[in-house]
Amino acid sequence: MSPARPFSRQLQRLLLLGTLLLFALYFLTPLYVMLVTSLKDADQLRSGHLLSLPSAPTLDAWSKAWQSACTGVECGGLRPFFVNSLLMVVPAVVVSTALGAINGYVLSKWRFPGSETLFALLLFGVFMPMQVVLLPMSQVLGWLGIASSIWGLIAVHVLAGIAPTTLFFRNYYVGLPDELLKAAMLDGASFWQIFRRIVLPLSGPILMVTLIWQFTSIWNDFLYGVVFSGADSKPITVGLNNLANTSSAVKEYNVDMAAALIAALPTLFVYVVAGKYFVRGLTAGAVKG
Amino acid sequence: MSSIPASLIGLGVAAVLGLSGAARAGEVEVLHYWTSGSEAKATASLKASLQAKGHTWRDFAVAGGAGDAAMTVLKSRVVSGNAPSAAQIKGPSIQEWAREGVLASIDDVAKAEQWDSLLPKVVSDAMKYKGSYVAVPVNVHRINWLWINPAVFKKANAKVPTTWDEFFVAAEALSKAGVTPLAHGGQSWQDFTTFEIVALGLGGPEFYKKAFIERDPASLAGPTMEKTLETFKRLKAYTDRGANGRDWNLATAMVIKGEAGMQLMGDWAKGEFQAAGKVAGKDFLCVAAPGTAKSFSYNIDSFAMFQVKGADKIKAQKDLASAIMAPAFQETFNLNKGSIPVRAGVPLDKFDDCGKLAAKDFADSAKSASLLPSVAHGMAVPAAAEGAMKDVVSQFWNADKMTAKDAMSKLVAAARTR
Amino acid sequence: MQTRHSGPNPWLPRLVVAPGLALGLLFIYGLMAWNGYLSFSASRLMPNYGFVGWAQYEALLENDRFRVAMTNLAIFGPLFIGGAMALGLLLAILLDQKVRAEGVLRTIYLYPMAISFIVTGTAWKWMLNPTTGLEQVMRQWGFADFSFDWLVDPERAIYCVAIAGVWQSAGFVMALFLAALRGIDDAIIKAAQVDGASLPRIYWRIIIPSLRPVFFSTLMVVSHLAIKSFDLVMALTAGGPGYATDLPATFMYATAFTRGQIGLGAASATVMLATVAAIVVPYLYSELRPRK
Repeated sequence: MSPARPFSRQLQRLLLLGTLLLFALYFLTPLYVMLVTSLKDADQLRSGHLLSLPSAPTLDAWSKAWQSACTGVECGGLRPFFVNSLLMVVPAVVVSTALGAINGYVLSKWRFPGSETLFALLLFGVFMPMQVVLLPMSQVLGWLGIASSIWGLIAVHVLAGIAPTTLFFRNYYVGLPDELLKAAMLDGASFWQIFRRIVLPLSGPILMVTLIWQFTSIWNDFLYGVVFSGADSKPITVGLNNLANTSSAVKEYNVDMAAALIAALPTLFVYVVAGKYFVRGLTAGAVKG
Repeated sequence: MSSIPASLIGLGVAAVLGLSGAARAGEVEVLHYWTSGSEAKATASLKASLQAKGHTWRDFAVAGGAGDAAMTVLKSRVVSGNAPSAAQIKGPSIQEWAREGVLASIDDVAKAEQWDSLLPKVVSDAMKYKGSYVAVPVNVHRINWLWINPAVFKKANAKVPTTWDEFFVAAEALSKAGVTPLAHGGQSWQDFTTFEIVALGLGGPEFYKKAFIERDPASLAGPTMEKTLETFKRLKAYTDRGANGRDWNLATAMVIKGEAGMQLMGDWAKGEFQAAGKVAGKDFLCVAAPGTAKSFSYNIDSFAMFQVKGADKIKAQKDLASAIMAPAFQETFNLNKGSIPVRAGVPLDKFDDCGKLAAKDFADSAKSASLLPSVAHGMAVPAAAEGAMKDVVSQFWNADKMTAKDAMSKLVAAARTR
Repeated sequence: MQTRHSGPNPWLPRLVVAPGLALGLLFIYGLMAWNGYLSFSASRLMPNYGFVGWAQYEALLENDRFRVAMTNLAIFGPLFIGGAMALGLLLAILLDQKVRAEGVLRTIYLYPMAISFIVTGTAWKWMLNPTTGLEQVMRQWGFADFSFDWLVDPERAIYCVAIAGVWQSAGFVMALFLAALRGIDDAIIKAAQVDGASLPRIYWRIIIPSLRPVFFSTLMVVSHLAIKSFDLVMALTAGGPGYATDLPATFMYATAFTRGQIGLGAASATVMLATVAAIVVPYLYSELRPRK
């Protein structure tokens, strides 16, 4: 550190921190608004404005959102939907990640004529709008007999997840030195053995990235969830939508916000806790290309 | 033979009854978009009456956009071969679905209960396809209401308007008193609701029918329409800046709080007033929108019946249709929802003054052919044309540069959309 | 890679990847083809397989709302992508300066990615609406002339959509760039510092150019988010005022599902896909080609 101008260096640091904090405000404000609204009661909502702190914070809205708000004829809050989402998300994430890993492994280390083209084709698929999927998949799932069920929903999420997961794994594995595999093959290792013994153990970071990404996309999805699920397997986004988007009558914004925060808790938790693994995974080359 | 003991006969009868009872325990899956507290209570009474008959109710609620998301789900379900028993469909969409060949006829129930004599012809026609009933109406909402905060009016020395000229006089007075004259929510259905109310008030039922229901190009591009558009645009100066995107209940809240003097909205606005503890006739007034005292533009929610397989499911579906038309359900549901019963023969004493007035006007206008379906609420025109027309009207409201003549030619094109 | 070796059968990898890839590709291109077929059909309320030639596309060209939607995509797309990339890069560079609160700040920038707009939509709507949001708060705090009514202005509302969109994605971009920055060899930087180059110059000349591979991947991800911006628009403006903030994705949804014009919706989706392809495919080609 040059001793020449410590003051300007301090100024630079201050500017740096100031800028960072300003942006932090931009990022935090919506969350703050939601939190603060969810802690107010009906009267406090009417007085005050959206940034004002609750004069008498209460958790009533939270308890109502969890167990007694109406989401249709049922008035059981978000609790039943929470379980449905979990039951649907876990298999979908696991299967799509597994498929992505295998695809990525082959496309990066076992290239064959046309593999790059196939990869590019898959990559382009990432731009297809979700609405295009709805009707034809309904037809297909109807033929397969799994329409309007949790299995149908899981199937759609797995299929839609193949493109992004393959992208992540393939880009990461490309960074693994080929020598490792060559050495293993000289030792007589088979295709699967190389995968299990060498590639997989090195996949920690990218596994984290993919799992987090898939978990977030699938947990937050509404469109597939409302169209492909059955009466007993509706995910939490559907419940939240019913709770908050009522087309008539009194809007209880505090309950809406509490419900929205409840729906966001798992993914928020994942990002806050696993966030550093996420970045570590990216550092290790997830998207170096 | 007389030697058969009576007890055995009794047992036999019981067995037969028991068997048919078991065959009757079917399941109805109902797709709807009633998800708020008051709607849930209203729908729960329907569920209860079905459960009393031994059936199960599988609820499939999808909120949002007055049914947009629900329609998406419905289409997917039908495409996958797995339609629900009943879905909340209204207006011309009923016939569109019927044309696809996926609706089931409930004529047997209709004839047994004589629905033709209980419903106005305009309504029963809308529930039929090629003469057979395929849908059941649940309620009647009146659209052409003007809601007024009398305290604000008194302070501003304004008079309750009965014509559009009087409306602008009152609006000026309110504006001078520092209050927003007209509370409005800038969403396309609200824009069109206001527009069609103005059209009805200025042109009367005949004009409304020709322009909106028959979609006659001459009416859509004629002088009355031009006057309607100009009056409609004049209203904008009396709304506030934050109107865009505002939900209807927040606009009503403005009237409740005294920040605005009037709102043009259907009778569900009453629910907001009542939830805030206001009393009809004292804290708020419901009057027919200017120029529309003798007319009644309506929104009728209904359930269309889809083809389902299995004798028990079919029986459950027919019981559902019958339960919806039952007077007891009609009374409970409409008291909770703020609308009025659609069938004749339901006691009205528990309904409030606005409800009673609406019921009387409903019956009267049915007789005088001024009972009109609302375009803004999907009652009069197929969805594609309705959407296109709403686009034009909302553009006209929002874009300062569009002239009435532009709007009219666009309306004619929009009305032709298939 | 290897074509002649005494290792595993060369067909094994292709067999293994075949089902997964095939399903993935079938899902994507099968559906696009089905959608393409529908765009040439007379489908309205439900899919109907009668062929009508270019009729739907002609109707599309005459449709003012579609024109607005495509224009909006041309405005919103670059704004959103550019904004997210620029802000993300800026935040990454700032955070790379060994700030003590890096962990906390990083989480703050990253968390919006975790939440869907169905959750945050209402909050954003409030914040941007002149009578309940920023404008009202500033006026209550004494800035009587402050005005921020872009959300209700048909010409400017799309910028609000971009603001909310950037909020959601910039953190993710930051994470990607930060990771890449961390991967750059310190030796090069130290060498440049010894040569007397100033920090900004080092960034401009050495560091940013070496981010090119990450730039590609990030651009792909953010563009994907831009095209998918359905929840964002629906929650914030529902396409309004009027249809001033309509995007092709919301247009397609409205025509196909709400208005019973499946054929028209399919045509709009095809046009959107073709436009995206025209831009993305050359870029993909140029980036993936030399990577042999």
